[in-house]
Amino acid sequence: MKKLSARRRHPLAAVVVLLLALAATGGLYAAFAPASKAQADETAQSLAIDEGKKLYSVGCASCHGTGGQGTTDGPQLVGVGSAAVDFQVGTGRMPAQQPGAQVPKKKVIYTQAEIDQLAAYVASLGAGPIVPTKSQVSPEGADVAKGGDLFRTNCAQCHNFTGEGGALTKGKYAPSLEGVDPKHIYEAMQTGPQSMPSFPDSTMPEQQKKDIIAYIKTVNSSESASPGGLSLGGLGPVSEGLFGWIFGLGALIAVAIWVAAHTAKAKKS
Amino acid sequence: MSTATDTKRKAPAGEKVADWADGRLGIYSLAKANMRKIFPDHWSFMLGEICLYSFIIIILTGVYLTLFFHPSMNEVVYHGPYEPMQGIRMSEAYASTLDISFDVRGGLLVRQIHHWAALIFLAGMFVHMMRVFFTGAFRKPREINWLFGFLLFVLGMFTGFTGYSLPDDLLSGTGVRFTQGAILAMPVIGTYISMFLFGGEFPGGDFVARFYSIHILLLPGIMLGLLVGHLILVFYHKHTQFAGPGRTNKNVVGMPLLPVYMAKAGGFFFLVFGVIAVIAGIASINPIWAIGPYRPDQVSTGAQPDWYMGFAEGLIRVMPGWEINLWGHTLVLGVLIPLTLFGVILGAIAVYPFIESWVTGDKREHHILDRPRNAPTRTAFGVAWITVYFIGLVGGGNDLWATHFHLSLNAISWFVRIFFFAGPVIAFVVTKRICLGLQRRDKEKVLHGRESGLIKRLPHGEFVEVHEPLAPAQLHTLTAHEQYKPVEIGPLVDENGVKRKVSVVQKLRAKLSKGYYGENNQIAKPTAEEYKEITSGHGHH
Amino acid sequence: MSSQEIPEENLPAEQDAAHGAVEGAGDPFADPGLPAHKPRIQDIDERAANRSERAVAFMFTLSMLATVGFIASYVIFPVDKIVYIFPFGHVSALNFSLGLTLGVALFAIGAGAVHWARTLMSDVEVADDRHAIAAEPEVKAKVLADFAAGAEESAFGRRKLIRNTMFGALALVPLAGVVLLRDLGPLPEKKLRSTLWAKGKQLINMNTMEPLRPEDVVVGSLTFAMPEGLEEDAHDFQVQIAKAALMIIRIEPDNIKDKREREWAHEGIVAFSKICTHVGCPISLYEQQTHHVLCPCHQSTFDLSDGARVIFGPAGHALPQLRIGVNSEGNLEALGDFEEPVGPAFWERG
Repeated sequence: MKKLSARRRHPLAAVVVLLLALAATGGLYAAFAPASKAQADETAQSLAIDEGKKLYSVGCASCHGTGGQGTTDGPQLVGVGSAAVDFQVGTGRMPAQQPGAQVPKKKVIYTQAEIDQLAAYVASLGAGPIVPTKSQVSPEGADVAKGGDLFRTNCAQCHNFTGEGGALTKGKYAPSLEGVDPKHIYEAMQTGPQSMPSFPDSTMPEQQKKDIIAYIKTVNSSESASPGGLSLGGLGPVSEGLFGWIFGLGALIAVAIWVAAHTAKAKKS
Repeated sequence: MSTATDTKRKAPAGEKVADWADGRLGIYSLAKANMRKIFPDHWSFMLGEICLYSFIIIILTGVYLTLFFHPSMNEVVYHGPYEPMQGIRMSEAYASTLDISFDVRGGLLVRQIHHWAALIFLAGMFVHMMRVFFTGAFRKPREINWLFGFLLFVLGMFTGFTGYSLPDDLLSGTGVRFTQGAILAMPVIGTYISMFLFGGEFPGGDFVARFYSIHILLLPGIMLGLLVGHLILVFYHKHTQFAGPGRTNKNVVGMPLLPVYMAKAGGFFFLVFGVIAVIAGIASINPIWAIGPYRPDQVSTGAQPDWYMGFAEGLIRVMPGWEINLWGHTLVLGVLIPLTLFGVILGAIAVYPFIESWVTGDKREHHILDRPRNAPTRTAFGVAWITVYFIGLVGGGNDLWATHFHLSLNAISWFVRIFFFAGPVIAFVVTKRICLGLQRRDKEKVLHGRESGLIKRLPHGEFVEVHEPLAPAQLHTLTAHEQYKPVEIGPLVDENGVKRKVSVVQKLRAKLSKGYYGENNQIAKPTAEEYKEITSGHGHH
Repeated sequence: MSSQEIPEENLPAEQDAAHGAVEGAGDPFADPGLPAHKPRIQDIDERAANRSERAVAFMFTLSMLATVGFIASYVIFPVDKIVYIFPFGHVSALNFSLGLTLGVALFAIGAGAVHWARTLMSDVEVADDRHAIAAEPEVKAKVLADFAAGAEESAFGRRKLIRNTMFGALALVPLAGVVLLRDLGPLPEKKLRSTLWAKGKQLINMNTMEPLRPEDVVVGSLTFAMPEGLEEDAHDFQVQIAKAALMIIRIEPDNIKDKREREWAHEGIVAFSKICTHVGCPISLYEQQTHHVLCPCHQSTFDLSDGARVIFGPAGHALPQLRIGVNSEGNLEALGDFEEPVGPAFWERG
């Protein structure tokens, strides 16, 4: 590993990596791609990689290095896979704006087509988790209750019971999962962005990720029911206590002021 | 007794019933003293009623909940109507709480009324206690009632905590786990108490049933007794009142119980219940279905207790992790110190009345309330106490403050650590300054009148604002408060030149007394002479 | 009406003169007495009073209607009906309607009663005299005499044997109640010192319930494990998992700073207790970049790359590490129990 990283700045390193990656992608591709469409897809894929490379050298290379080898400003991207790119760029976290405890979610500046091209390029640098398909993240065939149990074991400790988010150390935080694209949730579990650990298929199989996504979408979406009324942010006793003080006790004190006040006199004194 | 009159006229049915009751209970004598009992009007005097009524609401709804709740930790697999819990393993307590929320019509409403009323009960007691504190209503003869109220507050906290733990959900279970960890930290007896309370190792299968009997019987029973005592004493002492024309230490001015306060206080019960019912209809509280059943290996971020335990939670959170290991034993200071502080800080407010009465040496009855500004040291102490309390609360929610204000969790913990010590000192000094400033303003107002806002130009061109003299009633109200002189130890050597023994306690008392009432610690109130001099001297402006 | 003639007996202010700390009554401006009562508009205008009456009656009627509405809601809305109501969100129709109708039914009664009291009942302020609480000296003397007589007649002070044995009996009898509490639970013994982990027990992935293999655990991932043989439906599952829950991560061996941690790991796979050493919350907010793990309850922070030592917060000692290896089937297994008690510290922990 050390030897490798020492030589990663060799002029030919990028080329070697690229070749290796291309070979790997090609190999993987040959293995997975449906045979009949192989020809057409291959050209499309290499076109996408070319386009992605152009986008990459403009938008990403300054921090991640021209070949994704990483610099002091940004981690190595070889082997992070297309899922990581789709997540980071697709949620607007990348390109990062300023250094801080954590790179926040922002407005997405690339189109999905561009993101796909970037992803294809980065995936070509080294094999890694790939962007999930629609059926992998759809709620169909998912067990919401099982997802809830898995969520409480694996996710709630950082993201709260229903995915409202929570604090980590030194200004870092686990973001709210409200309104997050299922695809991005899946990718985050696969790749472990920033502080988040990854939950690879080897320890959390695909079906379980699907269950978890289905649970999040059941309890934390704009359609989610809050039978008791205002959910108060789903944050638990702190927001309930604030509401109780301000609106509960506040209203009662307002009423008490009315009860105890002297009735208006006929003539002003 | 008065058979002669009875035979002469036909008594109405109500009177007959009353006669019957009087012959057995003596109700006429009781009513003679109490039916037209006078209650003064002030909104802050109704804070206690908020507590009383929310307590009644809690009992009513609590009884209803017991009809459906199963205080059992037997494991069941859920097959009820709530989809995201299908097939999940949970305790019967949790399952029956889900049933109350989703199967029993109106069960959710009653659960939410019960819980909201509990939060408001505690908040009401806190504010009520502060009202009594800042107006000095705890002074003789009401010290015992102050203690009753304080005990109600503390017991209310624990009743609330045991109730919060009953549904056996992931959030409350985490709270129970904390309790168990805190019990384990107790030197020598910790592990024994823990084993006895939980019937073995945590969580065991007993704590819900045990907390249940504590929550619905033991603690509310004691509270009911204290509450009755509290109310009897309020009746017996008669209510305090603020100074004002016609209001003296020897009377109480207001409206009679029958009919005005019967209607106002009775009506207020319905108002309180109505407000809480509406809140329970529109705002969710403790949605246990979203929280999940308790498992000791699962947890959620934002694990907080209900607000009244937040202060203790804050102390625990910001405490450094001190632990002493000696001779094969562990002293868990990281837990023991905050728990001790929790008791000490609560105790400080409880014993304050006795400290103040010792400093003043005042043994008289006090029925006229102080305005907070006229007791600067007491007010400053109270504000310092509240500051500590709320800094603790901030610490208890440090993770949520961090995420919602984009701050570092660690920075907030450090803020709390520092301001736990600095905050009350700053609050004390600032409050005292403000009180003295307000006293000066009152003095100014008495001597020079109220600023009328009218600007007058004097013949020589000077502009002055016309000051309107106050009405006699206002003059009286602003100067009705008492001012103490600091206690003097007297000369240390008596007339024969023999050294007098002055105990440390006496010296401390003199010192405190000076801090309370010495120079610069209160503004001497205006005298009639000063007033005469100014008003007769150069006209009023 | 006013309080001008207060009887001068039993005046609280007269009770204490002994304390020099009190400055005299010192009221520079004489009390002008209760101000004269001013009538309200309802007191002088019968029409206004009638309006008030109608308002009160309206409130009471409103309450009746709301109660009818409450019953109607109870009957009409199914318990599981969810409706969208701005701004409250997707709420239970039943809970919302029951809460509002009950609230109005109650509030209107209160509002009616208070409005009645405020506008139609007399608002003349009345003064009631206070009486000193402490008894007159004669009363006190009589009580003390009675008590002395009673005490004397009982011979309580004279017959010390009776007194002492009675105190003894009263002091002892509550012990019966204390003894009865003994069976609340077992003695602690060594229960807190051991967990279900033992040499050769495989690490079961809590997601899949399958044994974990080293290749499953990649750098940067987080997995939770429990000991082989523990079933979720076992009667003591909760008690066992409360001690045995495990947090599995993988760190490049070179990045592990603590020597013992590296030795107890398997190729960088380390297993730490998931139970916080502060008060026992399941700690698992793992930041994979820094290898810090944070407790959600009280924010104790541990460095998992350095023997899980405490780097922030109230925990007093490091998370216990479980020594792991690989068995003949290639699965991860424990090489023994934890060497120290897991979870919160206690007196006998040492």
